Amino acid sequence: MKVHEYQAKAILSEYGIPVPNAGVASTPEEARQIAQDMGGTVVVKAQIHAGGRGMAGGVKSVGSPQEAEAVAKGLLGQRLVTHQTGPEGAPVNRVLLEEPAQIAKEYYLAVIIDSGARCPVIMASEAGGVEIEEVAATAPEKILRSNVDPVIGLQPFQCRNLAYGLNLPADLIRPASTLIANLYKLFENNDCSLAEINPLAITADGQLMALDAKLNFDDDALPRHAQIQELRDADQEDPLEVEASKFGISYVKLDGDVGCMVNGAGLAMATMDSISMSDAMPANFLDVGGGATEEQVAQAFRLLLSDSQVKRILVNVFGGILRCDVAARGIVAACEETEVRVPIVVRMLGTNADEGKDILNKSDLGVTLVNDLNEAATMIKRSASAS
Amino acid sequence: MSILVNENTRLMVQGLTGREGSFHSLRCIEYGTNLVAGVTPGRGDTMWEEKVPVFNTVKQAVSETEANVALIFVPAAFAADAILESTDAGIPLIACITEGIPVMDMVRVAKYLEDKPTRLIGPNCPGLISPGSSCKIGIMPGNIHAPGRVGVISRSGTLTYEAVNQLTALGIGQSTCVGIGGDPIGGTSFVDMLKLFQEDPETDAVVLIGEIGGTKEQEAADYIRDHFTKPVVGLVVGTTAPPGRRMGHAGAIITGSAAKADEKVKALRAAGVHVAPSPAEIGITMKQALG
Repeated sequence: MKVHEYQAKAILSEYGIPVPNAGVASTPEEARQIAQDMGGTVVVKAQIHAGGRGMAGGVKSVGSPQEAEAVAKGLLGQRLVTHQTGPEGAPVNRVLLEEPAQIAKEYYLAVIIDSGARCPVIMASEAGGVEIEEVAATAPEKILRSNVDPVIGLQPFQCRNLAYGLNLPADLIRPASTLIANLYKLFENNDCSLAEINPLAITADGQLMALDAKLNFDDDALPRHAQIQELRDADQEDPLEVEASKFGISYVKLDGDVGCMVNGAGLAMATMDSISMSDAMPANFLDVGGGATEEQVAQAFRLLLSDSQVKRILVNVFGGILRCDVAARGIVAACEETEVRVPIVVRMLGTNADEGKDILNKSDLGVTLVNDLNEAATMIKRSASAS
Repeated sequence: MSILVNENTRLMVQGLTGREGSFHSLRCIEYGTNLVAGVTPGRGDTMWEEKVPVFNTVKQAVSETEANVALIFVPAAFAADAILESTDAGIPLIACITEGIPVMDMVRVAKYLEDKPTRLIGPNCPGLISPGSSCKIGIMPGNIHAPGRVGVISRSGTLTYEAVNQLTALGIGQSTCVGIGGDPIGGTSFVDMLKLFQEDPETDAVVLIGEIGGTKEQEAADYIRDHFTKPVVGLVVGTTAPPGRRMGHAGAIITGSAAKADEKVKALRAAGVHVAPSPAEIGITMKQALG
């Protein structure tokens, strides 16, 4: 789960990490008031769950409360398109107003899980303020890494090594070490999957300050973090994805027009790949889950039917725990309420496949039944030329 | 014939009395697995289905039944603890089916397992099966399998069934099929399994099914190139997945170019793996590889 910059900074602040003085506004009037309280000169930052805001016009420095109001008015209620959002952009419902910092130098600092090393790793770099992927590609030697033993935790000497490795001024070694230790504590206590400060700045008056921050949380650990769950902003997510998550369905919206419903993540990806090999593109990733019920299948299928981008549907069910007859009944139930105007191709195999096919055949949905993935892809190709 | 599980397997199920645990344990017994014990704290001294003794602790179960394989159906919040309990009791092989265990829990489990003799399969996996020994430790549909001499290793569940089904349909039986799981941090890796299949005189070839995320396929490719002498058929799914998004499996998220499907395919090809041209052609590619 992602959170906004202002929420991330509030958490950093709880962990003693310095952040700029700031306020959050959801109306232009609030923005003016906050700017006025802060002396007029502020940075206005659009709050969306994506990076690249600066280049997209989502971050602006202003010199007066009136200007802050005008900039906020231009951002609030709009969708901001950055290189990370896709063409549809993300809605700006809040702006963060911050005291501008005089930057002497910018650094990068993050904690992530390294699945190769099977532990959290601290990453730090003198090349701050740019995307770390870019640093990794052009100057990997500028990235310092320190693996954390999960049993004993991050040790003070590791923090010192990183601080010295960043060539920080002598008087900042101790505060930087503390800051790194605190960021790790934040990461561990809240089950983050990413805790990133970029840039971590040294200000003109020689202080460390987190000027931008990103916190992502492990979805699987959210049940034990009620406070973090409350930070969720469903407006930043695709409405169909939000709907799917209510029913325990893994769903990711994609750009194509072939809606697909599959049981199992690996088979779902294989199905998407097969679709793209037949010159079509999937409209989504959808895994109903291994042990889906008839109701979950029906919900999943309704999602596909409600997506106006979907021009044809491919169902691929390998019956195991989820029996094919249960899947078939779910599909029929979903179609009973909505008029189906798109061709449906179904491949069913495994437990109770014959019963499942029988249910679909008797349903007069006009479903095309196929036996293997190749045939499914061929039928999808054919449906494209027909439509 | 097989690796890891066989006629000598004595299975203990953690979470036996739960809905999932009960359902799948019955299927395992039907397939021929020797289920000797269940563990559910608070249900000790009872009999499950009037035939399997249930214990409060793994330690008791092991000392009274000599169970040597653990299968875990415990809910995600308690699954890491269940793995640790069986490891502590000295069980040599654990298969954890549970999906959705927090990553930091698995980081700690992985560290604890480092110097222990226990091997963990999963979590978030279908388990493992040796058709020739009629031994099924997991949730895969038993009837699609056939005894034979091809090993299967996969990060996926249903995609493994797809592969097995294609093999069986072409008359190619399996020695052992292992689902190593879809989580970013799990127990056994592709390389661990390849080592066992290399040593198994009754496995002639291996199907390896990978997906986007991490670098496990590249590690497998390195091992295959340098040490593995049997034919390998490979498939990597997720070509069409967008970067930064989780495709169902927590491990299936593209971060960095090495995590992409085409990079993994390239590495496997360079190591001499026969890469199936599409997910529908796993079986036929193996048939050709076997000659």
